[in-house]
Parts: sequence; C-alpha cells; structure tokens
Amino acid sequence: MAEAPPDATRIAAEARDRVRFEEEALALSDQVYRVARHLAGSREEADDLVQETYARAFRSWRSYQPGTNLRAWLLRILTNLNIDRGRRAQRTPPTQGLEANDYYLYDRLTESDGGPSDEERVVERLSQDDIVEALASVPHDFRDVIVLVDIGDFSYQDAAQILDIPIGTVMSRLHRGRRILKRELAEYVQEEGS
Amino acid sequence: MMGHHDDPCAHCEEMMQPYLDHTLSDEEMHEAELHLDECEWCRKRYRFEQSLRVYVRTAVSEPMPAELKQKLAALRIPLN
Repeated sequence: MAEAPPDATRIAAEARDRVRFEEEALALSDQVYRVARHLAGSREEADDLVQETYARAFRSWRSYQPGTNLRAWLLRILTNLNIDRGRRAQRTPPTQGLEANDYYLYDRLTESDGGPSDEERVVERLSQDDIVEALASVPHDFRDVIVLVDIGDFSYQDAAQILDIPIGTVMSRLHRGRRILKRELAEYVQEEGS
Repeated sequence: MMGHHDDPCAHCEEMMQPYLDHTLSDEEMHEAELHLDECEWCRKRYRFEQSLRVYVRTAVSEPMPAELKQKLAALRIPLN
C-alpha cells in the first residue's frame, strides 16, 4: 500500500486535533455557562456571550496550547468579549462604605431571635433569589473575582490571567468582594425582617 | 485604638478568609486553630462562613439551557 502524501497526513492530523479540541471545549460548556451567567448582567447576555465565545474558540483553536487549562482559556475569551461589549464603560463606583466586617451578616441573621446555635442552618434564612440579586448588585470588578474563584473554582492564578490583573489584586478584590456581598445579603435580611 | 494583641477575636476575624482559602502559613494556621479551639464565638462565625460559601455557590448555579448546548454544538466547523 502506498503511503499517503505528506500533505494529506498533515491535514488528517489537523482535523483530528481540531475535532478533539471542539469536543473538549463542548464538554466544558456547562462550567463555562455557570460562570458566564454571573459575569454577564442577564441570562440573555450570558447566552449570547457563551455562543460568541465558542464561535471564536472554534475559529482560533490553533492558538490554544494543548495541555494547558482549556476552561481558563475559554473564560479569557469570554471575559474579553464581555469587555468589548462595553460593560466596562461604566466605572465601578467607589466602594467605601460598601463593605461590612466579616462577621456582620452572621450577626444580623442571628440577632433577631436571640441567636440560634446551628450555624449551618442560619444560612437557610437567605432565599435563592436574595442571593442571586445580592451577587448581581456587587460592583463588577469585585463580582468577577467572586464568580471565578468562589463559583467557578478557578485558582487565584487562573483568575489573574483571565482578568489580566495581578494576583494580589485578585486576592484583595476577593476579600473585599465577599464582604460587600455579605453586606448586600444583610440588607435583604433587614428588609424582610422590617 | 486596640491592636490585635488586645483583641484576639478581631485578629481571628482577619484570618478567617485566608484560613478558609488555605492560604495561611502553617504558623498562622496553628495560631487561628488555637484561638478557635477555645473561642466558641469565633468558631460559630467560621462555620457560618463556610456554610455560606457552599450555600451561595449552590444558590447561584444555574444549569445551562438545553437549547444553548445545541446551539454551541452547531457552531462546530464542519470537516471538509
């Protein structure tokens, strides 16, 4: 049997690599969506953003280095597209006064009825809607980091690369962002309690 | 103003996030644990934070719509 011409072999190998890339990327789509849903402002935006991300990823699959973190690579594309869409046009408002201390929410949740002792059940006083809305109201610079690290399970290092910011900024935004989120959540407790 | 040495619970609060993120040094970790062993007040708040993180994550995790999944698969570039 005659050997296939080198060109044909190369084309076949490339096609195989591309199919493999597409399958690996699609297998991550649930995880990508979970993060995109809260980086974007709404479900519709998240839907568009994920589609644009995959369209771009499939076109530029050659620039992905096999063996590196594909999920982070996809999220980097998604974050850049999100910026291109002009989300960054509005600046994050100054956050002074937005943060509470770390124990503020717990104290709020337990102060009303003399303090139940079961810390694991105290959280259940927050409804799912309250949490989704509270997260959406965290200024986006802080929210992006919370969404990537606490919801998407990215390391500080990956989050730094995805957002193109130093790792120290990831850590400080994460810490402050969680405090801002807790303060937002505490406001729902107050509203419902009043 | 009180420094940390005067208020171990304030110091413990500062260590809570890095403690739960596993980014404290061994020495700091040990220091936090010594305090948590003897302070129920802080221990409750650490446990709450841990439950809160899990709870928030679960609450905001939405499954991807099935139609979106199909749309993504349709974006694949056909083989020639």
